[in-house]
Amino acid sequence: MLDFDAGKYGPFVWPAYAITALIFAVMIADSLLRARRWRNAAREAEKAAGKDRPS
Amino acid sequence: MFAFLYNPDRFMAFSRWGAPLFGVLAVLLGAAGLWLDFAAPPDYQQGYTIHIMFIHVPASMLSLFVYLCLGVASFLGLVFRQPLAEAAARAAAPLGAGLTFLALITGSLWGKPMWGTWWVWDARLTSELVLLLFYLGYMALQAAIDDEARAARACAILALVGVVNLPIVVFSVDWWNTLHQGSTLFAKGGPAMAPVYLPPFFLMILAYTSAFGSLWLVRIRGEVWRRRASVLAVRAAR
Repeated sequence: MLDFDAGKYGPFVWPAYAITALIFAVMIADSLLRARRWRNAAREAEKAAGKDRPS
Repeated sequence: MFAFLYNPDRFMAFSRWGAPLFGVLAVLLGAAGLWLDFAAPPDYQQGYTIHIMFIHVPASMLSLFVYLCLGVASFLGLVFRQPLAEAAARAAAPLGAGLTFLALITGSLWGKPMWGTWWVWDARLTSELVLLLFYLGYMALQAAIDDEARAARACAILALVGVVNLPIVVFSVDWWNTLHQGSTLFAKGGPAMAPVYLPPFFLMILAYTSAFGSLWLVRIRGEVWRRRASVLAVRAAR
C-alpha cells in the first residue's frame, strides 16, 4: 500500500516535491513553446522563400 | 556511431520520434519510481525525509551529467565547428541550470531536518553552487554577445573551463571533511542504502535521464529551426 504520510517532516518533504514538479513544468513548457515558436518562424520563412515546410 | 547526428536533416528525422519516445519513457519510469518510493517504509534513521532522496539525488547526478554533455558538445562545436554541436550545447544549458537549482533547493529542504541548517559552505554544496554559476554564466555570456559565432566560441571556452569543476563536485566528499554525506551509490562494498530503496532510486534516475533526453532533443530541434529561420531571413534581406 502507498503511504503518503510524511509525519513531522511534511513541511520539508512536500515543498521539495512541489518545487520539483514546478521546475519540471517550467522546463517542459519553456522547451515546447520555444520549439513551437521557432518551428513556426522557420515555416513562415520557408514559405516566403518558396520552399517545402520543415520536418 | 553517432555520425548521423551531425547532419541536421537526419537529426530532425531521428528526434521527431526520439523526443516523444523519451518523454513517454520518463513518465512511465517516473510513475513506477514514485509508486515504489511511497510504498517503501520510512528509513530507520532519516524517517520520512528519505522521500526527498528520490528527487534530490537524481537531480544532483543529472546536473553533472548535463554539464558533461554541455562540455562534450562545446568541444565538438569549438574544434570541429559542428553547428549541431553548438545547438546542442546551447540547448543543454537552461536544462542543466534548472536541474542544478533543483538539486540545491531539494538538498536544502533535506538538510534542514537532518543537519539542522538550510545551508553550509562545505565543499559539496559550494562546488554545486559553482556549477550553477557556470550554467548561468554560460547563458548570460550567450545573451550578451550578438555575433552568434563569437558567442558560441566564447561560451564553449567557458563551458570547457567549467568541466574542471565536475570532479571537484564528485570527489569533494572524499577530498574534504564535509557535512554532506559521502558517496552512497558508489560506496565501498556496494550501495550504502537499504535494498528496498534501490529499485525506486534507479527508476527515478532513469526517469530524470529520459526527461532530460526528451527535453534536450526538443530544444535542439528548436535551435535548428531558429537557425534555419535566421538564415532564410538573411537570404531574403539580400
